[in-house]
Amino acid sequence: MTVLTTAAVSRRSRHGRVFLGMLAWLAGIVFFLPVAWMFLTSLHSEADAAANPPTVAASLGLDGYRAFFGSGGGTSPWPALINSTTVAVTSTTWVLLLALPAAYALSVRPVRGWRDTLFFFLSTKMLPVVAGLLPVYLFARNTGLLDNVWLMAVLHTSMNLPIAVWMTQSFLADVPVSILEAARVDGARLPVILARILVPVIAPGITATALICCILSWNELLLAQVLTSVTAQTAPVFLTGFITGEGLFLAQLCAASVVVSLPVLAAGLAAQDKLVQGLSLGAVK
Amino acid sequence: MTAPATASAAARTGNPPRGAARRRRKRGPGAWAVRAPLLPALVFVIAVTQLPFVATLVLSLFDWNAFHPGGRRFIGLDNYAAVLGDTAVREAVVTTMVLTASVVATALVLGLALALLLNRRFPGRALVRTMLITPFLLVPVAAALLWKHLLLNPEYGLLNGALTWAARLVGDGIAPQPDWISAAPLIAVGTALVWQWTPFMMLIVLAGLRSRPPDSVEAARMDGASEAQVFRYLTLPHLRPYLELGALLGSVHIVQNFDAVFTITSGSLGTANLPYTVYQIFYQAHEYGQASAAGVLVVLGSLVIAAVALRVVSSLLRGEASRG
Amino acid sequence: MARRTLRRVRTAMASAVAAGLFAGCAGAGGAASSPRGGAVDVLMVNNPQMTELRKLTAAHFTKDTGIEVNFTTLPENAVRDKAGQDFAHQAGQYDVATISNFEVPFYARNGWLRPLDPYTAEDTAFDRADLLDPVRRSLTADDGRLYGVPFYGESSFLMYRKDVFAEKGLTMPAHPTWQQVADLAAAVDGARKGMRGICLRGQPGWGEVIAPLTTVVNTFGGTWFTKDWQARLTAPEFVKATEFYVRLVREHGEKGAAQSGYAECLNGVIQGRAAMWYDATAAAGPLEAAGSPVKGRIGYAPAPVERTASSGWLYTWAWGLQKASRNPDRAWKFISWASGKEYEALVGREAGWAGVPAGKRASTYESEPYRRAAAAFWNVTRASIAATDPGRPGTQPRPAPGIQFVGIPEFSDLGTKVSREISAAIAGRQSVATALRKSQKMAERIGERYRSR
Repeated sequence: MTVLTTAAVSRRSRHGRVFLGMLAWLAGIVFFLPVAWMFLTSLHSEADAAANPPTVAASLGLDGYRAFFGSGGGTSPWPALINSTTVAVTSTTWVLLLALPAAYALSVRPVRGWRDTLFFFLSTKMLPVVAGLLPVYLFARNTGLLDNVWLMAVLHTSMNLPIAVWMTQSFLADVPVSILEAARVDGARLPVILARILVPVIAPGITATALICCILSWNELLLAQVLTSVTAQTAPVFLTGFITGEGLFLAQLCAASVVVSLPVLAAGLAAQDKLVQGLSLGAVK
Repeated sequence: MTAPATASAAARTGNPPRGAARRRRKRGPGAWAVRAPLLPALVFVIAVTQLPFVATLVLSLFDWNAFHPGGRRFIGLDNYAAVLGDTAVREAVVTTMVLTASVVATALVLGLALALLLNRRFPGRALVRTMLITPFLLVPVAAALLWKHLLLNPEYGLLNGALTWAARLVGDGIAPQPDWISAAPLIAVGTALVWQWTPFMMLIVLAGLRSRPPDSVEAARMDGASEAQVFRYLTLPHLRPYLELGALLGSVHIVQNFDAVFTITSGSLGTANLPYTVYQIFYQAHEYGQASAAGVLVVLGSLVIAAVALRVVSSLLRGEASRG
Repeated sequence: MARRTLRRVRTAMASAVAAGLFAGCAGAGGAASSPRGGAVDVLMVNNPQMTELRKLTAAHFTKDTGIEVNFTTLPENAVRDKAGQDFAHQAGQYDVATISNFEVPFYARNGWLRPLDPYTAEDTAFDRADLLDPVRRSLTADDGRLYGVPFYGESSFLMYRKDVFAEKGLTMPAHPTWQQVADLAAAVDGARKGMRGICLRGQPGWGEVIAPLTTVVNTFGGTWFTKDWQARLTAPEFVKATEFYVRLVREHGEKGAAQSGYAECLNGVIQGRAAMWYDATAAAGPLEAAGSPVKGRIGYAPAPVERTASSGWLYTWAWGLQKASRNPDRAWKFISWASGKEYEALVGREAGWAGVPAGKRASTYESEPYRRAAAAFWNVTRASIAATDPGRPGTQPRPAPGIQFVGIPEFSDLGTKVSREISAAIAGRQSVATALRKSQKMAERIGERYRSR
């Protein structure tokens, strides 16, 4: 955290600093305003939500949420939310089960050509999903896996595996070599080394990795849009039902967006510190 | 968090001593045992991400429209000719480039500015940081819906609502009520994307600022360098790899963007980018052969970006190593 | 070394999977995971009529029959994509989907739909004879069997502001020609502040600008294709009609016409920004709805003509029953209920008669409460639908059925591409001649394909 500390600088830029602080606040408010407005609108009645000019002080209620959760004869979002949770949790578990051993082989006891392998993982992340969509669809159709949450979990696993490998690899590489060598010299066996030394050191990193994988799985639209329909529909696909709206639906739309985004917001803010590291594939700390 | 971790950098660049020790050990019969933990992940990734591309390659050589079952036949490279001759695809290439370049550039500049602001101490900094990150943490479809309906809708959107409100404040209450999305569709999509991606750029630049060695900056200040000079000759050169990384990662994601285009304009009004166009050929026209050919071409294009991106990531890692 | 192994593994697995890809596709037939028992999976458009249906289903249909209905409601384009995909592969994820008279003929030809006449023959309460003839015929395939049951139907007609016409001392002929409409548009243009002469769709999309434009082309004597699949987009009649349409909308049409579709025009007419509007008969419902500022001020005339006796289009959202459906009998019960007379009466009681899914049954137009609610337009609507003939809409024989579209699967793509060119001409970015020259090339490719089949 490099801050201007010297007296000379602070004197010279005192006014400037107040101004820049206010500017930062202004920027924060501008960026946050749409989200705040979405939240406020979700608590308004449909009539107030569609008012022009906007009614900031309108009475608050939970009608939007009631409508969203299907009391108005609409489709219940619960199956979609449950599907998304299942896919996110399952795929993240699989990702970690595959990524941890791989990362171990790529950092703690690196195999030959580990750099190339690492970059191969990364390159798969850069290929457009849309180019592989048709074969995946045909495969799912021919194996009866269309509209199946487990297929979604497999696909999301492959989508997130590169990120997880890179992240966990960089966390594992942070483990001081001396500790491992010392343990090995003491005659500790591999499982013991893993459980007693590695896991505690990298646990926070693994948690962050898991949260980021959950977020990316939860957000994914294109694959789910093509491969799910009735039983395996995910939350983002459910949201696409709001793309063209008829009549008054704004409060309900906002309630839906708030509910669907809430888990991501929670996970994202929890993993705030490691967010960049994960999304830059471990290149930035 | 501030300084790049020496151990990790050394390991990642394969520098001795650790790498050398490992390499010696691996020659023995245990090489496969060392490799074993890697295999499940490797096989899985190859099976799920590489095989479909190979299949796409095969399918691209066939004339196959799902609406004409039974009419499937091998036609060689005709699909590629058809795709390259398709104005919609050519327009999509331009749209993709314009959208990606403008969104990445704007988000990067804004992200840099915000990161510089946030890198100073001021009351409520943590809160402002959280507020700035929030847009990035909305589900992309929700964010796109938010822009489409809540902000830009001509009748009940916040933007036009604010215009009416302002007009009432001033006088007659009759305000222009433009239809933002129809009037400037690509800008509407781009704005929504900039809003979501600026925080990402900001976070990357912030990480770069934190890793800046403070002593040199202070030394420069002591020597009487102005803020502008410090920024121009110290901060910016230091941030360069981070800005490059941000630009490339942003490009990789925005080139592939589907959600915003799908949600805000459904690809109409000249906003159809390549992923959406391929999706359209596959999912709307059901021209499987052409969709596959277009997919292959998109992959080739992405490989160019990917190659550059990988090089930058690689140089960044090396750079950290040498600095550490 | 790891790399070489990797490549070898990649190649081996690749060839295996590539071979497997085609193998499975040949044998169509539902292999998808089966839906829950006692339920029907329905995919439908999120139009207001369908939203109403979704609201009423649980309390009425499910209560009476015990059959649960799982609705997936999506925007129109999404439904078309999803239904196309699911039916084409007979994946059987949906038992029933809303499809239109555009899709029914080729869906049926490909064997993706279950013929419904065995059901209509048995189900006397459904009263098949009550279905409007043109609508029923448009859902009948080449083999003479019925493959879709209409939920609601529409034609197109001309709407105009009676009050504005009266002020200006103008009268709308009982059967206007397009030339008369163009003159009237010039006369009423600017009659009020911000009011244009006419609203015509200009938005890209085969379901947007192409629909009204093609009806104009038809009545001007043009066609997309001749009987033997020669593309005719640069023929004098097609050019004349398109130039007429583009000039009319550029000179006296709405602002921002190149981005205006059905929804925008509806909005504009409600807010008094256009004195006339040529569009779907279904638009009359919202124009005459309780809160509409133009309620009672709109007159309705048949679609304008030139060389044909009538020119209105025919469109219907209908229920298609997927062949791979596991629960065809249950699905039919739902279809029969949703498209039945009882349901129309139910909507009339619960939500008002203006919202009834009309345009499919003769009995709707005999019903007193409906006639009262739709007094201004029911008669013209019924006559418009009755006058349509999708088999022979223009002045020459056609290779495929359809009035405002060409009933071939490629048309959704072709129409959308051509619409972009037309829309650009409306925006003034290119001439009609250029737009049609480009369009002709695209149409020729399709025609060529069909000639060689």
